[in-house]
Amino acid sequence: MDGYEFYVDPSRCIGCQSCVNACAECETHRGQSMINFDFIDRPGTTATAAYVCWHCEEPTCAMVCPADAIKKGDDGIVHSSLKPRCIGCSNCVLACPFGIPKIFPEYEQMMKCDMCYDRTSVGKKPMCATVCPSQALSYVRSDEIAKRREKPTNVFQFGNQRIVTNVYMMVPAQTDALSLDVLDYLWEESYVPFSQPQ
Amino acid sequence: MAKAPASTESLLDSFGPHPAYVPPGGWQDESRNPAERLVKTHCCFCGQQCGIQLKVRGNQVIGFEPWEEFPFNHGMLCPKGVKRYMQGGHPDRLLDPLMRTTQGFRKASWDESLNFTVKRLKETQEKYGKDSVAIYGGASLISEKSYLLGKFARVALGTRHIDYNGRLCMVSAGTAYKLAFGVDRSPLPWSDILKAQVVLVAGANVAECAPITTDYLWRCRDAGGKLIIVDPRMTPICRNADMYLPVRPGTDMALYMGLLHVILRDGLERCDFISKYTTGFDQVSESVRAWDPRTAGEKTGVPPEAIERAAQLFAKADRAIVLHARGVEHQSKGVENCLALINLCLATGNLGREGAGCAMITGQGNGQGGREHGQKCDQLPGQRSISDPEARAHTAKVWGITSEEIPQAGYTAVEIMEAIHRGEIKALLSCCFNPLVSLPDSKFTQEALEKLEFFGVVDFFMSETAHHADVILAGSLQEEEEGIGCTNEGRVIHIQKAVDPPGNAKGDSWIYVELAKRLGKGKYFPYNSTKEIYEELREASRGGHADYFGITYEKIDKNMGIFWPCPTLDHPGTPRLFEDGRSFHPDGKHHFVVTEWRESGDPVSEEFPIYLTTGRVVSQYLSGTQTRRIGALVDQYPNPRLEIHPRLAEQYQIKDGDWVAITSRRNEITLQAMVVKTIRPDTVFIPYHWAGERSANKLTHRTLDPRSKIPEFKVSACQLRKADVPPDWAIVANGHESKGGDKSNGRLRILR
Repeated sequence: MDGYEFYVDPSRCIGCQSCVNACAECETHRGQSMINFDFIDRPGTTATAAYVCWHCEEPTCAMVCPADAIKKGDDGIVHSSLKPRCIGCSNCVLACPFGIPKIFPEYEQMMKCDMCYDRTSVGKKPMCATVCPSQALSYVRSDEIAKRREKPTNVFQFGNQRIVTNVYMMVPAQTDALSLDVLDYLWEESYVPFSQPQ
Repeated sequence: MAKAPASTESLLDSFGPHPAYVPPGGWQDESRNPAERLVKTHCCFCGQQCGIQLKVRGNQVIGFEPWEEFPFNHGMLCPKGVKRYMQGGHPDRLLDPLMRTTQGFRKASWDESLNFTVKRLKETQEKYGKDSVAIYGGASLISEKSYLLGKFARVALGTRHIDYNGRLCMVSAGTAYKLAFGVDRSPLPWSDILKAQVVLVAGANVAECAPITTDYLWRCRDAGGKLIIVDPRMTPICRNADMYLPVRPGTDMALYMGLLHVILRDGLERCDFISKYTTGFDQVSESVRAWDPRTAGEKTGVPPEAIERAAQLFAKADRAIVLHARGVEHQSKGVENCLALINLCLATGNLGREGAGCAMITGQGNGQGGREHGQKCDQLPGQRSISDPEARAHTAKVWGITSEEIPQAGYTAVEIMEAIHRGEIKALLSCCFNPLVSLPDSKFTQEALEKLEFFGVVDFFMSETAHHADVILAGSLQEEEEGIGCTNEGRVIHIQKAVDPPGNAKGDSWIYVELAKRLGKGKYFPYNSTKEIYEELREASRGGHADYFGITYEKIDKNMGIFWPCPTLDHPGTPRLFEDGRSFHPDGKHHFVVTEWRESGDPVSEEFPIYLTTGRVVSQYLSGTQTRRIGALVDQYPNPRLEIHPRLAEQYQIKDGDWVAITSRRNEITLQAMVVKTIRPDTVFIPYHWAGERSANKLTHRTLDPRSKIPEFKVSACQLRKADVPPDWAIVANGHESKGGDKSNGRLRILR
């Protein structure tokens, strides 16, 4: 849908799993949910996170696929593996820095969120973002998201890997790129790697 | 007579709950076929009654599609709404009337089951008098059915004893609002939440019990609004609270009197509003004088500084809203807790304006509409009082009887069960109510059910209570009859009929009309459709507080709901009450009401030193008759667990996942511990949706609020003991093993 983007905001998530349940209703993967859902640390907090595939500009899953089974469309959507090509090797599962792809042994295939291709391609919102009661998952225009306290980012730094995504993460207003590696926050004059055995 | 005819195990094997995982026709087969129709209607699973479109194929609801145009929820749904469509084709669905045998239940024809029911009701009344028969209704019924039940009890049976399961839900708030404002409705539309500068959420687990309201709170925050949340548990919404006040169970009133104390001490009250629009301020002002922050803090366990800050934050806002729910209402002082909150709003002039006021979060599907038109023991249609001669005369005229023929007020829901227990009420006809799970002190409820000389049930699934029935009349789901509901906003909505009841099941309204005919009262029940019942309801409500006269099905469809009161056909409805400053009392004033501190009915002691509080989880609804049958919802939270703080757990050497015996003054159950830092260390929590040995209500007590007669579900005393072995129910699997991995992370799964 023109002008609409997908935004993920775990600070809004209430852990209801409406997204998990609604995703399983999909026509293309009936009975299987493609939502990644976590209780972060239930003994300590009610914090939960639900998220979809981030649909990377340069998808790691596709780059590591030995069978060339994972394709990104012109619209930026990274699709589930192509059934005839997928060899179920799990390279993508291991490589994705976000932990998104899942192997479904019963189908011998990797499947993942395809941004409700059947819905978004005909002008509907993705199912999870439509039903989400807290709008932790939202599919809205940027002027709508500008009313939020947090701001969106789609740049993630994993060590040396910088990833730009089509799905946005809502972060505190002063943050630019989201780094998940402590190294990125260290002050180091010069980085000296461990000496390698000759 | 009403002892269950077979073992619980064999009845559960025959009638469920069996969790269904696959839609009718299977994921890959029939259910893949496209819908023939999309029916714009509403969810059945809480008081918000979100708009939803049901996908219908043939006579089967096969799925859902969000209804994004509906202004309350814009397509949003919680997991219960997403999976609600799994009920219609469920294998446990009752497709025929059932009659008790010596071994269990057998199918019967409608003639046989209805005639038998009527014969037994008549015999009972002839032998013991009219009032020996009681009617139970439910707030999840469409308003036409709840109206019909009220009329059926009073006209067809002539008994004064009719009450409903909303007695376990909304009556404290309703009573308080009637005392303060003269009317029982949240005075504001939910869109007002977006305009508030401060929202005080009092005893409301919004994220799990009214999930869509979360979006309103978050949008309020986005616009700069502050959230103050009062709860003994850090529920999911507390993570984003600006202030979190961890109130000790049962002490809410002290906290709100403390807040008012600070407001008055600091001169933050709105004198112009108070003098112009209210009465009783001086007495209330006097009554909170003793509740300085220190005293309130000692009683509630909330730091005095936090009480000061919360009071300042609330009172200094131009627009503040209080949202409250069962946390404050499920107490033996539930009415006064609500009044204490209303007093806060009145003192600060927060009422009758955009973004200001108080609102109750209604719990049940049609919790608001279901209590307005006559299934409460003391009310006639239109929220009229049954003791008011004018109201009786109006209703009698609509019903075609004399006002003398309308019985006086009867017992409330828990009182009815107590009257059954002591032998005063001999027969019960129950619809949409599972008291064995939902009433407090379930051993007492079971004893009472076993004493009934006749017990008839109208329901679509076999509830645990129905095990005791003599006859079960196979009734209808919400989507199987057309009608109206009223949401927690006061918005009257149109429930569309999506399909016919399956098999030989019938619409509930047809069943009651048939019973009335066979009782010889058919001329008072000449309805061929629920729409005809609604036309009469409009007339019956006319001139009452809940005036629906100007609301028609067509007008609802055109406007996406109409807020009552709506006295004429050209009236637009009333989204916000009291905009002219006037209440519904004859004097037109809003009434401050004094609240007086007292202890809970089941106080903690040396022997029972720990507070027990109960509530809901997001994936289950009420007594679970519906949601314990939907596999995905069952898997999300398969069994009740004991939430306990690590500090308390350590005292008993309890670790996460350990089995713990919880004993109250009435009974004992054994559950797995869930050790979490999100609950007060003097309190444990158990969700109440399960039956038998997993039932939190085995532990709770029957102390009622003296005015609303709501039970004190939120405050009991208990003791804990680490159990050596799991209870029987955890070891015996029910032949069902759920598929898929353990998604319940942090909530360990065990076999049912």
